[in-house]
Amino acid sequence: MEVVGKSMKRVDAYGKVTGEAKYANDLCPKDALIGHVVHAAIANGEVVSIDISEAEKVPGVVKIVTCFDVPDIQFPTAGHPWSVEEAHQDIADRKLLTRRVRLYGDEIAAIVGVDNVACERAERLLKIEYKEYPTFTEPEDALKPDATPLHPDLRPTNLLVHTSFKSKDFDYEKAKEEAIKKYGAAHVHEVEGEYQTPRISHCHLEPCTSWAYVDVNGKVTVTASTQIPHIMRRVIAQALGWPVGRVRVIKPYIGGGFGNKQDILYEPLNAYLSIVCGGRPVSMDMSREECISQTRTRHAIHAKTRALYTTDGKLLAREIDALANKGAYASHGHAVAAGSMGVYRNLYHDEYGSRADISTVYTNCAPGGAMRAYGVPQAVWFADCQVDDICHKEGFDPLRFRMDNCVGAGFSDPANGITYYSYSMKECMKKGAEYIHWDEKRKAYADQTGPIRHGVGMSIFLYKVGVYPISLETSSARMVLNQDGSIQVELGATEIGQGADTVFTQMAAETTGITPDRVYIVSTQDTDLAPFDTGSYASRQSFVTGKAVKKCALELRNRILDYASYMLKLPVSELMIHDNNICERIPLDGAEVQTDLSAGNGYGYIPDGSRDENGVYRDWLGADMKKWDIDDLPSGKWSILRDTGKIFARPGKVLLSLKDLAETAFYSLDRSEHITAEVTNHCKENTFASGCTFADITVDMRYGKVRIDHLVNVHDSGTLLNPQLAEAQVHGGMAMGIGYALTEELLYNEKGRPLNNNLLDFKIPTAMDVPDLKAIFLEMDDPMGPYGNKALGEPPIISVAPAIRNAILNATGVSMDRIPMTQQRLVAAFREHGLI
Amino acid sequence: MYDIEKFYEAKSAGDAVAHLAADPNAMVISGGTDVLVKLRAGKGAGCDLVSIHEIPELHGVDRTTDGTIVIGPATCFTDITNDPIIRESLPYLGEAVDTVGGPQIRSMGTIGGNLCNGATSADSAATMQTLNARLVLQGPDGSREVPVTEFYTGPGRTVRKREEVLIAILVKPEDYIGWSGCYIKYGKRKSMEIATLGCCVRVKLEADPGAEKAAGVSSSEEASGSGFLPGAGYVLGDVCIGYAVAAPTPTRCRNTEKLLTGMKADDPKIYDLIAEHVLEEVSPRDSWRASRDFRIQLIKEMARRALEQAILRGTGKGTPGASYFSPVELDEMGEAGGQVWEAEHPEEKEMPVYKKDGEVLNGQTGQVIRDTDKKGGDQ
Amino acid sequence: MLAIVHMTVNGVEQELAVDPRESLLETLRNRLNLTSVKKGCGVGECGACTVMVDGTCVDSCLYLTMWAEGKHILTVEGLKGRSGELNPVQQAFIDEAAVQCGFCTPGLIMTGVELVDSGRRYTREELRKLISGHLCRCTGYENILNALEKVVGYPKTEEKG
Repeated sequence: MEVVGKSMKRVDAYGKVTGEAKYANDLCPKDALIGHVVHAAIANGEVVSIDISEAEKVPGVVKIVTCFDVPDIQFPTAGHPWSVEEAHQDIADRKLLTRRVRLYGDEIAAIVGVDNVACERAERLLKIEYKEYPTFTEPEDALKPDATPLHPDLRPTNLLVHTSFKSKDFDYEKAKEEAIKKYGAAHVHEVEGEYQTPRISHCHLEPCTSWAYVDVNGKVTVTASTQIPHIMRRVIAQALGWPVGRVRVIKPYIGGGFGNKQDILYEPLNAYLSIVCGGRPVSMDMSREECISQTRTRHAIHAKTRALYTTDGKLLAREIDALANKGAYASHGHAVAAGSMGVYRNLYHDEYGSRADISTVYTNCAPGGAMRAYGVPQAVWFADCQVDDICHKEGFDPLRFRMDNCVGAGFSDPANGITYYSYSMKECMKKGAEYIHWDEKRKAYADQTGPIRHGVGMSIFLYKVGVYPISLETSSARMVLNQDGSIQVELGATEIGQGADTVFTQMAAETTGITPDRVYIVSTQDTDLAPFDTGSYASRQSFVTGKAVKKCALELRNRILDYASYMLKLPVSELMIHDNNICERIPLDGAEVQTDLSAGNGYGYIPDGSRDENGVYRDWLGADMKKWDIDDLPSGKWSILRDTGKIFARPGKVLLSLKDLAETAFYSLDRSEHITAEVTNHCKENTFASGCTFADITVDMRYGKVRIDHLVNVHDSGTLLNPQLAEAQVHGGMAMGIGYALTEELLYNEKGRPLNNNLLDFKIPTAMDVPDLKAIFLEMDDPMGPYGNKALGEPPIISVAPAIRNAILNATGVSMDRIPMTQQRLVAAFREHGLI
Repeated sequence: MYDIEKFYEAKSAGDAVAHLAADPNAMVISGGTDVLVKLRAGKGAGCDLVSIHEIPELHGVDRTTDGTIVIGPATCFTDITNDPIIRESLPYLGEAVDTVGGPQIRSMGTIGGNLCNGATSADSAATMQTLNARLVLQGPDGSREVPVTEFYTGPGRTVRKREEVLIAILVKPEDYIGWSGCYIKYGKRKSMEIATLGCCVRVKLEADPGAEKAAGVSSSEEASGSGFLPGAGYVLGDVCIGYAVAAPTPTRCRNTEKLLTGMKADDPKIYDLIAEHVLEEVSPRDSWRASRDFRIQLIKEMARRALEQAILRGTGKGTPGASYFSPVELDEMGEAGGQVWEAEHPEEKEMPVYKKDGEVLNGQTGQVIRDTDKKGGDQ
Repeated sequence: MLAIVHMTVNGVEQELAVDPRESLLETLRNRLNLTSVKKGCGVGECGACTVMVDGTCVDSCLYLTMWAEGKHILTVEGLKGRSGELNPVQQAFIDEAAVQCGFCTPGLIMTGVELVDSGRRYTREELRKLISGHLCRCTGYENILNALEKVVGYPKTEEKG
């Protein structure tokens, strides 16, 4: 590949370093009114009355709406594709403003004013009467019989959903009996563990923000910082009871999302406030405090686990019972918790199988929603604390144990059929161990004494790329040829900082044969213009949208070649586009496989070492699988065959410039044609990515401080589309993982009031808290990925916290069961173990 | 926008006092990094602001002929840290205010604001306590001088009246000449942090008349068994211990100071002594930010480390970390000895105690005071 | 009631009618359309609104516009040369892939420019401290440090392992 796989500079870098890239609030008219949310001052109860008479008199106040005024419509907020089957639809448990207060700060009224001071002064004059119920911020309390159900219309108790997944006919006790029979009681051991993860905030640097007005065509138009403009449009319509066509959402550059903006936040209310103010522009720029405690969080999950294994290090059975803290609203529902349990089970192979039970429970907290890696960091925390607890107890080497028991090549998830094709988990472990000097350090760090200790630890992960087949994966792309032979690429997929626009540009260039400097990607998604895509979430876009880009590029290429054929009077099969020119197409010597250009299909196979036993490889675009024998391939030269228009051929003589072609196509008196392509790709493929983290740390036990000396992430993410950006993305995930491990936790007091919803007290790492970060990749082409690529956006955070935890265990012999492993918790644990 | 009614930029301290006195709704604002944050949170909303931001006479550090250091309260933290007088004579104060927030905040927030804010967590607070600083408050009826140790009346409260302006912070020569010190801020992260605990220990080392002025390693090497403790040949002529966040207001530990005074500076017992006795003079509270138990652990541990550093800086000789590392670690960690805790002791980088050529520098003044045999160095 | 403030912003003298309650952040964004100045927290905890006032980087959210009277303000918009040339700090951010979502970028570039203006060189550890008033959630700071090292660091001698 000529463009894909190169470290091309970001297409938006110039705009971002010059400050010219416009984010949602940058585009807001300066005379927009301010929309200010009034938050409940209790965590559980009801608003009995709100007297606005004094507040209304404050100069500058334009409008006050309360929970008694808004339409009686309940809507869901999750950034999921809509399901046409009612049973699979997201839970509609929100209103624009609520009388029933379910968390501290719940939205009970809104003030529109000319500036923030007018709104704040008015808020202080509101007379609000509440009826208060006891608060519960933990699922254990929410499930008690006397706990008030938060959504009695939807659930009789606070249990949202409970799921149980287990291997066929699995029963832990039965497995134990059988194992003892097989291996002997002396050789079958067991560990029990209880592990906890915190509620944390995404802390994207750009707060959640939007502004709305009603356009002259009657459409309510919302410019928002969102990962999911098309989904937002649907939800705003649902919330207002308006037809979707009367809602328009515009997504400009956005300052990070990490899943928080894969949810609908104040945007429907923003639309409503503009409507009730006669369509005038209203801005809702969330404060950081609102952003942390009133949007979404990563789910806190509390799990009890058991594991059976043999004394020579073979995993026999595992089971887990977990409670996920949902918070006050369903948001993404049970999806995060369920996904989490899948990875817990899949990460390791158990001879007798495994069981995972999890309940998602409503509480009086900020709702758990999507956050980078969607439940998997929790799953891996549970699984890899457990594994290292086994290893510590038995004196096993954690690396060997993982090598012996981790998910194997060709694994296929029985629950959904997702198969791990390009397998390199063990290679990743090898690379990581080598980098960190695992064996030497495990030896060197044995038998330490004194208050300062060193340790190395590791953790591994498994991650599925997109959401198929659990949910719809669809993506559209449009490409338009300009008069100069350049193209626009228009997508519904969103750039949120991850580099999507850049890799889509590379893909379009790669497949069309037009150089990347002439590929203009439209970064803004305007639902009136952008083709449909569900947006940026999971680690789907480069995979799912990538397929749409490729399909569209092939179609555009074919149309260009068709026009070239007309101009040059040569058959399409003798032409190709290369370097902005129409060239002779010279088939490669010995190439026996010809691709069918008109169908736009290409073929790939699964490379040795990762393909399944039958050597199956698949048509990467279509849904129907084609079986090929590996020996049929033309030569061993190509590790993967992909039709990019160049694999089987090379460009010969230049016949026509694309510029001349485009000009003719636009203005020909004989055959005028605007060459465009627009496709939808309904993606019915998925695959797994994997990787690991190794940490080398120093612990100052008397201070409870952990210093990370070396940290490395090794990723199996298929072919890298842009190595420099890939590495950068891994760095960011690793830093986020450090915060998750050591400092980040959104806390509430006993009244359910958030204690640290600001960036001073919610501790994300600063530059001084992060060590030099190392990212290593094992690039193995994945046959499912459009360019051999697979997930990378989310995985970097997953295994960092357990690796650090396991390094602390190695250093001190203390098993921390709860993140964040704060200094205070560490000191308490070291004291409990008599170490200080 | 900030919810204020009126804004006035004062032309002088007297002008500010006059405006504050004339307007009961007015409060003073200096760097703004505390006042504006409070206003935004609705605390004091609707007030009038009298700004002393642009008054040159309140900026800068100076030394009078009698050696008293005069710190202008509107001097920002960065300027304090970089000031030549501070670097030479009160480096631990420079180091303390260099832990406030991040670089931008340190270029905005002022030392006077840090005191008048009344917070027990203020980063200058512990050090100021040990310096016996005197605060000059100007009010409508003239000026008065208040010792910093009597300045605080409770959490967020001080003796300063609303219409008074802090116009100078004075440090007397007897409170800094011959002293060395160390401030440690303990936080949950290394920057943009509010102190979980702050500890400043200052010592005035005096030559031990009883000790032979033996060059090189002292007898304490065997006593501690861990590298060697600093302070050989000296006694603790005087000691000042100040804490932030160990009580509702910044605290001094005067009894412990007395106990330590007169002891040999390289006596390993001083470390247990300080750790034990400071606890009797503090009253840390349980809060969601940190439990009482945890704070107690820190109070003990930080006292040890700050004391050792203070002595080390006073003598320029000793093994960093000798009082809390065991000998085994020192060997194993090799180069890590002095570097592990660089965040807690940032000055080790900026003002190295040891130079590569074997010269020993005075940690306070940066002056070469003696050659060393390199044995105790951490090169 | 509005007040008149005079300041030089990105080299241009301005006479502005401002609300005395405004922060410099608001004045720059709303009155001069300098939207590189980002609001990430409003209380000096994130550094996204960092601008230079008389050569020193401050959080413009906690800086009252009234204090800017007679001062020189520099934002990222003022860095570009007459023909669009980038400042070396900007170029280094592009080259080292130090930009992701880009929201912290303008503020960090201003701190980078402040460091360049100091005429000094810095170690990586010093740089960590000097940029620690900026939060970034995308990059782990790694490439930001690489970019700054390129401009104000010491020449690299060895590869870190």
